[in-house]
Amino acid sequence: MAVDEKLKIELGKQGVMVTTIQELYNWGRRSSIWPMQFGLACCAIEMIATTMARYDLARFGSEVFRPSPRQADLMIISGTVTKKMAPQVVRLYNQMAEPRYVIAMGACAISGGPFKQGYNVLKGIDRYIPVDVHIPGCPPRPEALIQAFMTLQKKIDEQHLTGEGRPRHLDEQAPGEFQVPEFGEHDLDPPSNPGTWTVPKIIQ
Amino acid sequence: MKSVEEIKAAIETAVPGAAVTVIPNPAPNAQHSLLIGAQHGVAVAEFLRDNEELALDYLSNVTGVDYLDKEIPEKVKVTRQVSKTVDGVEQTVDEMVEETRKRVEPGYLEAVYHLFSVAKKHGPVIIRMRTANRTDQVELPSLTPVWRGAEFQEREIFDLFGIVFTGHPDLRRILMWDEFKDHPMRRDYVEPDDFEYEPTAHDEVLKRAQEHKAKVAAGEAVQ
Repeated sequence: MAVDEKLKIELGKQGVMVTTIQELYNWGRRSSIWPMQFGLACCAIEMIATTMARYDLARFGSEVFRPSPRQADLMIISGTVTKKMAPQVVRLYNQMAEPRYVIAMGACAISGGPFKQGYNVLKGIDRYIPVDVHIPGCPPRPEALIQAFMTLQKKIDEQHLTGEGRPRHLDEQAPGEFQVPEFGEHDLDPPSNPGTWTVPKIIQ
Repeated sequence: MKSVEEIKAAIETAVPGAAVTVIPNPAPNAQHSLLIGAQHGVAVAEFLRDNEELALDYLSNVTGVDYLDKEIPEKVKVTRQVSKTVDGVEQTVDEMVEETRKRVEPGYLEAVYHLFSVAKKHGPVIIRMRTANRTDQVELPSLTPVWRGAEFQEREIFDLFGIVFTGHPDLRRILMWDEFKDHPMRRDYVEPDDFEYEPTAHDEVLKRAQEHKAKVAAGEAVQ
């Protein structure tokens, strides 16, 4: 049950904090998103710049980059995903514990970018794993990555813990593991996860 | 530095039986190259490296080139038996007929090596080797035992062009996965058809996206 905003502020003035479990839970989730420490291409350089003093990702509680998927909440796909790398990325994602999020950073990660017509590059990581925030750019500026963090935080904040649209880890029906593609003779097999990705409709 | 003709002469005296051809480069840089018979590849390479005057001790680059089979139309005169009515009587007469035939010149794969000398500060000397065809006789001698720096680049050529380097210490695919069967840099390589989603298709991409759509409409491809 939502608390009346005005009443909440009034109570706050009197030294009484009123909140809901949902708010508290989401506040905890969004305020310390630990990204996984790995970079795929040149976007990783911008990601590193974002964490350093000038842009200071610590302001968002996300400065703790973990080198293990078991301890990370967020996967930043920072760069080109080659077909040879794709199974490893999906496997790492599978190894992360819920709740977990994905930011697809840059033109390559969201669509293949300048290498889209190449035989060796995946046309966007969302073909295999669910992506929460896409940011365009080649590479995106650190401000754009910060924008992605803020978008993700907003998304988490707005989630209800029950009912439709609840976080995946609270939904027993939601898939916990995603199919790792295999190396085929001509291409990855399957070329995309049918449950995760469908061909978007083009409106002209 | 010696000119390519002088290098060719030097190779021919040092390595008897080596078939060396000069391939001229008409571009302003005039970097002519030497085509070397695959049989004597290693011997020639060793000569180029160890010869005191040339001392080509540094291999800067190895790359592959793919030449497709060529169809050359030729006009040939052929004698043919033609039935003709001469003076009211049907006879078979030999007659010269001009015919256009197509001669197929087999294509080949080529490895190109760019050599420099650090000791003498000269270069490049460019040597090439060609395979017999593009399908089953694709072996070339590996020059990795001569210049160690060729190792990864020869693996790359093996991966992307499909030239098999005999004598290579570790000939595996380097960029694509081991299960991969194709050679993507060959000119007749067919890419996997993943043109299902092209939001801003144009030019060749538009053509391929339309082809894909037609395939889906005909039920030959899934989405």
